[in-house]
Amino acid sequence: MSANPVLTDTLALTCRDVTVSYGDKTAVAGVDLDLYAGEWLAVLGPNGAGKSTLLHTIAGLGKHTGTVTMPDGRAPSATDIAVMPQNPLLPEGMSVVEYVLLGRTAHLGWLARESQRDHRIVDSVLHRLGLADFAQREVVGLSGGEAQRVVVARSLAQQTSILALDEPTSALDLGHQVQVLELVDDLRRRDGLTVLAAMHDLTTAARFADRLLLMRHGKVVAIGSPEEVLQPEILSDVYETPLTVRKLDGEYVVLPAPRSARHPEDRPAGLP
Amino acid sequence: MTQQRDLDQAATKATSPVGSGSLALPELSATGSFRLRKRVVAICVTVLIAVILLSAASGAAGLPVAGVARSMLNLIPGVDLATSLDSRAEAVLFQIRLPRTILGVLVGAALGMAGASFQGVFRNPLADPYLLGVSAGAGFGAVLALGFGLDVGWGPVSAVPAAAFIGAVVAVMASVLVARGSWTSPATLLLSGVAVAALFSAAQTYALQKLDETRAREVLSWLFGRLATSGWEQVLLLLPYVIVCGGLLIMLRRHLDVMRLGDDEARALGLNPARSRFLIITAATLLTAAAVAVSGLIAFVGLVVPHLVRLLTSHSYRVIVPLSALVGGSFMALVDIGARTVVAPAELPVGIITAFVGAPFFALVLRRSRRGA
Repeated sequence: MSANPVLTDTLALTCRDVTVSYGDKTAVAGVDLDLYAGEWLAVLGPNGAGKSTLLHTIAGLGKHTGTVTMPDGRAPSATDIAVMPQNPLLPEGMSVVEYVLLGRTAHLGWLARESQRDHRIVDSVLHRLGLADFAQREVVGLSGGEAQRVVVARSLAQQTSILALDEPTSALDLGHQVQVLELVDDLRRRDGLTVLAAMHDLTTAARFADRLLLMRHGKVVAIGSPEEVLQPEILSDVYETPLTVRKLDGEYVVLPAPRSARHPEDRPAGLP
Repeated sequence: MTQQRDLDQAATKATSPVGSGSLALPELSATGSFRLRKRVVAICVTVLIAVILLSAASGAAGLPVAGVARSMLNLIPGVDLATSLDSRAEAVLFQIRLPRTILGVLVGAALGMAGASFQGVFRNPLADPYLLGVSAGAGFGAVLALGFGLDVGWGPVSAVPAAAFIGAVVAVMASVLVARGSWTSPATLLLSGVAVAALFSAAQTYALQKLDETRAREVLSWLFGRLATSGWEQVLLLLPYVIVCGGLLIMLRRHLDVMRLGDDEARALGLNPARSRFLIITAATLLTAAAVAVSGLIAFVGLVVPHLVRLLTSHSYRVIVPLSALVGGSFMALVDIGARTVVAPAELPVGIITAFVGAPFFALVLRRSRRGA
């Protein structure tokens, strides 16, 4: 396991034979996965590969067969995994501090109200993420980057050991994408969080994740370090298009193969 | 588990920010739209009391407001004020005016809370308490009761309210069954509510056609909504529902704020939206059915009052649900004064006035708030 750059060998979560079906369509087919405490595992794959479904199933948000268990044997709940949604719904008239306070939901009794402690946790999270000046702003008026930061704050207020990111940055421009991911990475390192992230961009995934999990048609095609998974042959096969992998300053960059390298019949007619 | 504990510690540690030593952080969460401000509640309660006094004082035999207030204060044990009301006036006050006023307040509070809750669970600003077929079901039940000559009544419960209540509950249950109990899909529930309501309306119209003119007139006056009382009977019928179901809606109102994020996110945050929706719809339905049973179909209150509260105070259901009870009660009692006095000695159906008064008022508030935004 020396090639495996997992930070610890403590398990954070275990999946065995997890299968999700809608009618006769199988979205996730028999996935086995060990998630280690403190690692960033990126779930990759083309559209419809089952990334999001796997993520939500692990977070306990969908019907499935097989088992998902925390180290103590329980199924995970909202106090174990915080999900950062792809397109967060920002309600009208709700302030940032109130939105973040909703992250405390899982810690509240059924009829209970937020205690002083809940408010204190929210306050500290907002200060930590530099959102104190935003506290009373309405979430509706926030820019995409600010909103995603607020969603990170909400997830932190949830005080879980695992953060699940569902393509959290697909609506952001490149600069904000990197900012949000760096924020999450920073929090992971400081708080010892475990990050499970469905990601679209292979290069970004390779940069942030310790391990990559490549899916196709609901099955795991490859799992391992970026070096192990980012093989041009595997990727080209999974994404059904020729891809090349370059190493730039020690980091992996995945690119579409040069057009000259593709089959001539792929070229638009009339071009040299 | 140790990790959870570490996290807890980390969060607590972060309360004292790096570099600022023991300096306390400014509190951020002390204000906001979630907060039900005491001042606002005090204003609403004051308005409600004023409206109750005004309503109890106005009518065919005008009573002095001061006398009404003193006589009412005398109900409190240990209070004994000199009142200007003679015993006949007190009888009018306690046996006629007050029961009707309080009934109006309870009906308004019930419809206000139910409307706010329905708007919350359906995430739809157009939702009102009659959405899942309560009105059509109650109407059909009432028509059947009157049509079969069951309007004689037995014991404390007369047939029309009982039939209306049962009709309302049956209609909502039918809506839920048509939607296959899909508490996870508000849109499906809403559409099946529309279908069931249409069906019950058709049945109601058909049955109405079969009635003779006197009975049909009686049914129509019930359908328009009226606050007719005989002593405290109707108040006592409705009061338990307002306390139990209304109390539950107020206790669960925090859930409605979580559900504003959508079902998926609510579940990810640890709320079971289907269960909350089931409980809230059940409570709101029983509350609405009880209100409709004693007062008929009073239009517009359940839709307008929550909006009014939202436009004037906050978008949070923690604020909207309880304030809708207070504002709904005031609104209803106020409108009823008009219903009793505008064409005195005759009476207008109060449901017509709620729409007449409520619609323009609502339009005005909407325009003002849009301009301000």
